[in-house]
Amino acid sequence: MAPPTRVKTLKINNRDVGARQDETILEAAADVGITIPTLCQLDGLSNGGACRLCLVEVKGSSRLYPACVTRVEEGMEVLTNTERLTNYRRMILELLFAERNHICAVCVSNGHCELQTLAQDLGMTHVHFPYRHPHMVVDASHERFVIDHNRCVLCTRCVRVCDEVEGAHTWDVMGRGMDARVITDLSQPWGTSDTCTSCGKCVHVCPTGALFEKGKSVAEMLKKRQFLPYLKLMREERS
Amino acid sequence: MAQQIMIDPVTRVEGHAKVSIHLDDNGVVDAAHLHITQFRGFEKLCEGRPFYEMPSLMARVCGICPVSHLVASAKACDAILAVRIPEPAAKLRQVMNLAQIIQSHALSFFHLGSPDLLLGMDSDPAQRNLFGVLQQYPERARDGIRLRQFGQQIIELLGGKRIHPAWIVPGGVNEPLSEERRDQILAATPEALQIVQRTLDWFKRGLDQFREEIQSFANFPSLFMGLVNDSGGLELYDGHIRIVDATGHIVADRLDPTAYQEYIAEAVEPWTYLKYPYYRPVGYPEGIYRVGPLARLNIADHCGTPLADQEWAEFRALQRGAVLSSFYYHYARLVEVLYSIEQIEYLLHAPDILSEHVRASAGPNNAEGIGVSEAPRGTLFHHYKIDAQGLIVWANLIIATGHNNIAMDRGLLQVARHFINGEQISEGALNRVEAVIRAFDPCFSCSTHALGQMPLQVQLLGPNGTLLDEAYRGG
Repeated sequence: MAPPTRVKTLKINNRDVGARQDETILEAAADVGITIPTLCQLDGLSNGGACRLCLVEVKGSSRLYPACVTRVEEGMEVLTNTERLTNYRRMILELLFAERNHICAVCVSNGHCELQTLAQDLGMTHVHFPYRHPHMVVDASHERFVIDHNRCVLCTRCVRVCDEVEGAHTWDVMGRGMDARVITDLSQPWGTSDTCTSCGKCVHVCPTGALFEKGKSVAEMLKKRQFLPYLKLMREERS
Repeated sequence: MAQQIMIDPVTRVEGHAKVSIHLDDNGVVDAAHLHITQFRGFEKLCEGRPFYEMPSLMARVCGICPVSHLVASAKACDAILAVRIPEPAAKLRQVMNLAQIIQSHALSFFHLGSPDLLLGMDSDPAQRNLFGVLQQYPERARDGIRLRQFGQQIIELLGGKRIHPAWIVPGGVNEPLSEERRDQILAATPEALQIVQRTLDWFKRGLDQFREEIQSFANFPSLFMGLVNDSGGLELYDGHIRIVDATGHIVADRLDPTAYQEYIAEAVEPWTYLKYPYYRPVGYPEGIYRVGPLARLNIADHCGTPLADQEWAEFRALQRGAVLSSFYYHYARLVEVLYSIEQIEYLLHAPDILSEHVRASAGPNNAEGIGVSEAPRGTLFHHYKIDAQGLIVWANLIIATGHNNIAMDRGLLQVARHFINGEQISEGALNRVEAVIRAFDPCFSCSTHALGQMPLQVQLLGPNGTLLDEAYRGG
């Protein structure tokens, strides 16, 4: 008989919450209907804690914790929605918008974009940082898909889904800091990739219009992500 | 002593421009120029973008006539796809294009032009705007606002929003028309028809008051260019190019719009960012031609709808040959609104208008595409070249306002010579200088983004640049 699951009790936003010991703060919060903003996190993929939007405050510590990769602990007191956090989250979004060229009005994902929705939800009205306007290229060499680096936020969902679910590991990240880019194979045009299976999973997990299907016009790119939890569940049951 | 008069900015036009009038030693008008003072660079910034994005990207050229750019751009993309779009899609695009012409013409005639027409060219500039019209002629102002709303609502019903709808796409449109929405549009057409008919009656009755303006507002021989359909009738979406001269004779007909570079060339002058297109066989600047409502009624053999055909015949009877005064652009606009409403009704009664088959799909099959349509202000050309991946490598746009550039310059000179003598410059005279520009309804918005009554500064400068006199109009 498997050992009984250990349960931890903690407070999230002053609510008493019970969670399994292997759960993250993000999962424990979701169980009781508390939503914490996320961007790089996606159910069915591993978590990297890259975007920092899910940062939360934990009583007794001055540092902030990414909720997607921080496990619950007994007696923890978590705050997910303070003014300080909202300011930080808004700042992170502003930096994302300032870093590359996000032009919602003419984007294939306009109206269906996670970055855009987050900015609306968190009340981001202006970008208080100077836009960098980097010169970035569009790679349309693939027969069916396009990557527009202007709209990439480096969430690495494409990298993870390709590696963890499809098993192709076509995508990876090259360069550091502001020079970081997602690449296909050995930084070659996507259309020349030997490993890409053209499954399209990367396109559909991408939160913005960075990855899209060829021939889509403005606001026409609807991402379908339902496949991921099903796929994961079916594989777990088989193993 | 030579002098220069500057009107900066020009008011009640769509966008930013300034006018300079040069006086010679005797105070007589020597030269006049229209300066478009901003640079947008759309032809450059689209480089490297997927061609599928172009209609929406190029629609951002203008917030007043985005549909015109959507249409011309989508047609250029159709050519890149090398598809013939489904017939219902072509009809639906036409309906939206006509709705665009109605709302834009209503804006030009009522919101921008009617203060001059109703309150008078010499009336108090503080009142000479749409609000002044609302106070003194509330019925006329309401008609204008209602007519514009009619056009804008059709655009919204078809495309989901009034400004910059993303509905017109390469290969057709992205959603069919529902029966309910068609009926909504049809239910609104009788009122719109009544509005434009009573406006035409009133405008025609009042023409006598403007004899001096009619005589001097860019009233000179020129060529006229635009699209006509196979039967030589008024055409706003497709068709071929026809050019007529001042006597009304056809100079060139059945020209392929996609071969525009064979008969249109563009000159550049140092004082403005707007280029000067001219008719290539005649040369620059003698190859002056006009486009837009006046030109379209001059080149067409008929309109093709019953009420508009009657008005068209009356309009053409104004003058033997072509109607030459640019003051009549206002008149032509009303006739076109009438035509557009009738034509929308006609198209919406087509048996296939509710068809689900509204989009052709294909990849990039041609490396180059040219799209031509009639915008409210005249013939609009979009021309793109793509690389093997379908990314734009080159784009050229000829906007309607550009075609009229030489004519506007000459019209300014004509009005300035007629109304400005010596150093005494009345406010009414300066307003007429602006009004001749307004008659063309130039869309500087296609090169800028502001609209409305802006402060007007007039400076009288000596030959060495010293300020002789100065006057302000409040914003």
